[in-house]
Amino acid sequence: MATDATAEAGKSAGLPQLDFTTWPNQIFWLLVTLVVIYLVLSKVALPRIGAVLAERKGTITNDLAAAEELRQKAVEAERAFNEALATARAEAAKIVAAAKADIQKDLDAATAKADAEIAAKAADSEGKIAEIRAGALEAVEAVAKDTARELVTALGGSADARAVTAAVSARLKG
Amino acid sequence: MEGELALLGKYIGAGLATIGLGGAGIGVGHVAGNFLAGALRNPSAAASQTATLFVGIAFAEALGIFSFLIALLLMFAV
Amino acid sequence: MATGTEEHGGEAGGLAIHPMDQFIVKPLFRDIEPGTCVPADGITEGCVKWYEVTNVTLWMGIAVLVLIGLFVLSTRHRGIVPSRLQSVAELFYGFIHNMVEEVTGHEGAKFFPYVMTLFMFIFLANILGLIPMSFTTTSHIAVTAVLAMMVFLTVTLVGFWRKGIGFLSMFWVSSAPLILRPVLAVIEVISYFVRPLSHSIRLGGNLMAGHAVIKVFAGFAGVMGVASIVPIAGIAAVYGLEVLVAAVQAYVFTILTCVYLRDAVGDAHH
Repeated sequence: MATDATAEAGKSAGLPQLDFTTWPNQIFWLLVTLVVIYLVLSKVALPRIGAVLAERKGTITNDLAAAEELRQKAVEAERAFNEALATARAEAAKIVAAAKADIQKDLDAATAKADAEIAAKAADSEGKIAEIRAGALEAVEAVAKDTARELVTALGGSADARAVTAAVSARLKG
Repeated sequence: MEGELALLGKYIGAGLATIGLGGAGIGVGHVAGNFLAGALRNPSAAASQTATLFVGIAFAEALGIFSFLIALLLMFAV
Repeated sequence: MATGTEEHGGEAGGLAIHPMDQFIVKPLFRDIEPGTCVPADGITEGCVKWYEVTNVTLWMGIAVLVLIGLFVLSTRHRGIVPSRLQSVAELFYGFIHNMVEEVTGHEGAKFFPYVMTLFMFIFLANILGLIPMSFTTTSHIAVTAVLAMMVFLTVTLVGFWRKGIGFLSMFWVSSAPLILRPVLAVIEVISYFVRPLSHSIRLGGNLMAGHAVIKVFAGFAGVMGVASIVPIAGIAAVYGLEVLVAAVQAYVFTILTCVYLRDAVGDAHH
């Protein structure tokens, strides 16, 4: 025990850091350690971590780009939908207009035909009326002539047929 | 007797040498305090200057460590 | 020296704890007889051989295993949606990658694996060193000095390789008055060569100091009886601080590496 104590005392003499007999040992192992660490880091660890970080960055960028692309697609789809809707609407409006025009045309044609028919009928009727009127006038003339002759006869004159007729005609014309 | 005297001198010298650490303390405090003052004035620039802060502290501290080393040398190596 | 050591040992024994013993480099598979390593006297059988498997080897090996688990096994599925460990690995990757890109600029991006190696080694060693009874490899000046010298040599060689003699223009502060420039050049050159020193001492010193403080508090706790609750609370507080320091020192070492690399690959002054 006593020798142990003196041994300890002897060992603790001086600063261990300045015990130059241990320096070669420390320096040797330090260099070995540093070389090992350098090789491990530069050959394996750092390229690997760098690759992982780059890959992660790439993945994030790609994901962002993909998301952006999808968003763009959605916008595109919406626009296409809107376009289709507008086209359909326009088409429908066109069809409606065409139908309307068709109907109008038919209507116009029918109206025109009806008008024409009405006009024809009116003309016809007018002709007939005129005929009837003419017929009536003739009848009036004949009646007037007959009446005039009878009157003349009844009054005692001898009625010259031709003169009576002429006189009646002149009176009727007048 | 002479050995005792040498021992006395060693220990007194070592104690005196450690006074140098006070200077290091003042220096480090000065650096950190001024950094804080500057950082509070312009917090946006503070983050980029922490490296400078540590370098400054390291330089201030190294000189204190030298006096500590002298103390150790006196205690154990002389 | 010998008597001084004895006396010192006796006094430290009073606290029943040696705050610096946690830093001793020991072989894993053999015991070293004390006093059998005095190279000055030609006694070397007790010395730690350079190829020997020591606690340094053990904890550096654990750091490598943790690193492989974190960076290779967790990413083996290459998940687009990461698992928990994989997202931690990606966090480290993104953190250091941004730092290299921001500080050294685009030109420095090819130093990313190198900077990542430094950061992950220092960070894992710091954090693993906080496990009780473990060994903190980065608290040793031998380790941090090698790390800092690697950075220094890399910066110097890459600077001269890329810029040729123009690399020296970073010592010639063209924005200063002409009279001051030689003086400034001397100061710049000195500060350039002090860089690896401060770079390594900062990391090692911070780690060593924190761990030593925890051990000193633990020593107090051992002799204070019921009142030892105070140092134990202190240990908890310092431990929390040490977790922060472990992360911050790894960050500081790495960002300073990036700042130095900018001198070599980017525009020297901006």
